[in-house]
Amino acid sequence: MLNILPGPLARRLPPPSELPVPLLPLQPVFYRIVRRVAAKHPELFERLGKHQRTDFIIDVKDFPFALHLRPFPPALILRAVRRERLPKHQAAIAGDFRTLLRMLGAEEDGDAIFFSRELVISGDTEAIVTLRNAMDDVEGSIAEDVAEMFGPPGKAALARLNAMAEGPNSEGDSHDNG
Amino acid sequence: MITGDVVGELVCPAGTPASLRTAVDAGADSIYCGFQNATNARNFPGLNFTPRELAGAVDYAHQRGSNVLLALNSYPPAGKFDLWREAADLGAELDVDAYIVADMGVARYISEKHPDRRLHLSVQAAAASPDAINYYVREFGVKRIVLPRILTIPEIHEIKAEIDCEIETFIFGNHGLMVEGRCSLTNYATGLSTNMDGVCSPAHLVEYVKDSEGNMSTQLGGYTIDRFGPQESAGYPTICKGRYCNEVQPDGYYAFEEPISLNLSKLLPDLMEAGVTAFKIEGRQRSRAYVRKVVSAFRAAVDDVRAGRDPKLADLVALTEGQKQTEGAFKTKKWR
Repeated sequence: MLNILPGPLARRLPPPSELPVPLLPLQPVFYRIVRRVAAKHPELFERLGKHQRTDFIIDVKDFPFALHLRPFPPALILRAVRRERLPKHQAAIAGDFRTLLRMLGAEEDGDAIFFSRELVISGDTEAIVTLRNAMDDVEGSIAEDVAEMFGPPGKAALARLNAMAEGPNSEGDSHDNG
Repeated sequence: MITGDVVGELVCPAGTPASLRTAVDAGADSIYCGFQNATNARNFPGLNFTPRELAGAVDYAHQRGSNVLLALNSYPPAGKFDLWREAADLGAELDVDAYIVADMGVARYISEKHPDRRLHLSVQAAAASPDAINYYVREFGVKRIVLPRILTIPEIHEIKAEIDCEIETFIFGNHGLMVEGRCSLTNYATGLSTNMDGVCSPAHLVEYVKDSEGNMSTQLGGYTIDRFGPQESAGYPTICKGRYCNEVQPDGYYAFEEPISLNLSKLLPDLMEAGVTAFKIEGRQRSRAYVRKVVSAFRAAVDDVRAGRDPKLADLVALTEGQKQTEGAFKTKKWR
């Protein structure tokens, strides 16, 4: 489970997936992120072809919200949405943050994660396969690109998340509510 | 440049330009890839190369001493041969080192139009006897045969003694026991052909359906081809690896083959001894992470074997289909 908060604080809070996070302040941040990725990696969007117009739900299980992505460069959408009120979509990907982060950074093979059932997909399989293949062709790290947008705090947060993603017993890996 | 003199040439997959560079950097001697159309048997969405990308990929590989093999390994349907002809001409223009072909017409065209380029016979041609292989060598100047994954090592040894070309065998990835190039299972279920459209189990006709108990059904073109329990490892959505029910086995059984991957890491010395020139890693549809891990592991293993050391293989089972691996028919025809 994901928790980047310091241990004592994390122990006093509910699991991250249940935190009552307001979504409105997050939307400009997500929009900035997707615009940055589009500007830096136009080839990713070319490879998506007709699936630029597909609506994807990316359900990071240990986040308190899901993400809605439509990777259509003239009208990009990346926004946080409530799980109980998902917008109309054609394809959905679900997994925990660690798994998705390692896949995004080309540390884990998407098919292997799917075989192990850590990644769950539903809806338009072609759209998901296309998105996976297009993102895999991006060298460097999309996660690092995003972290750089937020300066030293962003880089520090990513470093901590990467450390957590390294292994099941690493610091901050488990959420202890007790 | 491929000379065929190197025993244990590592031939690695690339579905994208980034994967190709990853394979080169991980130690691939040769990389095989294809265009974004029906000329290659991995015509999957979001994969493969534009002409511009292939040009850059060839430059990258050549600058680092690696070779690029262009897969034109599907069968042109009547009236559509121009697409294969144009792809072959483009390959020569972009300076690929060899073509991997299955169709005799494509082989003939390349042998006449681009006689300076090497021709490799794809596993899709399903040539498994000395007579069949020698026919391709004699008629089209084929320099290398990619053998089907249905032969034992002693059988490969016998074939090598009777043919005048190099042998390439798969060593990791899809087990692939169907008579490739002639398999019509996907075509039967979807109307699209693996061999002519380059799509085995086209993704737009695949659906995964999860029930309230956590079971996941895999459907292709409306047919349910497998159902996995909540804790069970999944496999690819291919009919040949589906599980089916009948009156005798109502709980379902693998009618053709199981979701399992080939891994011949322990047989590399025996394969070299049998006369195999090149080792092929399957997986153009897989990620950079797969390419990096598998190519690095086999690079080290092949180098160990060449140096007379015992090969030490990293554990690759996590990357296998169904998280199971086998030496298949290479070890014994009774693998199941």
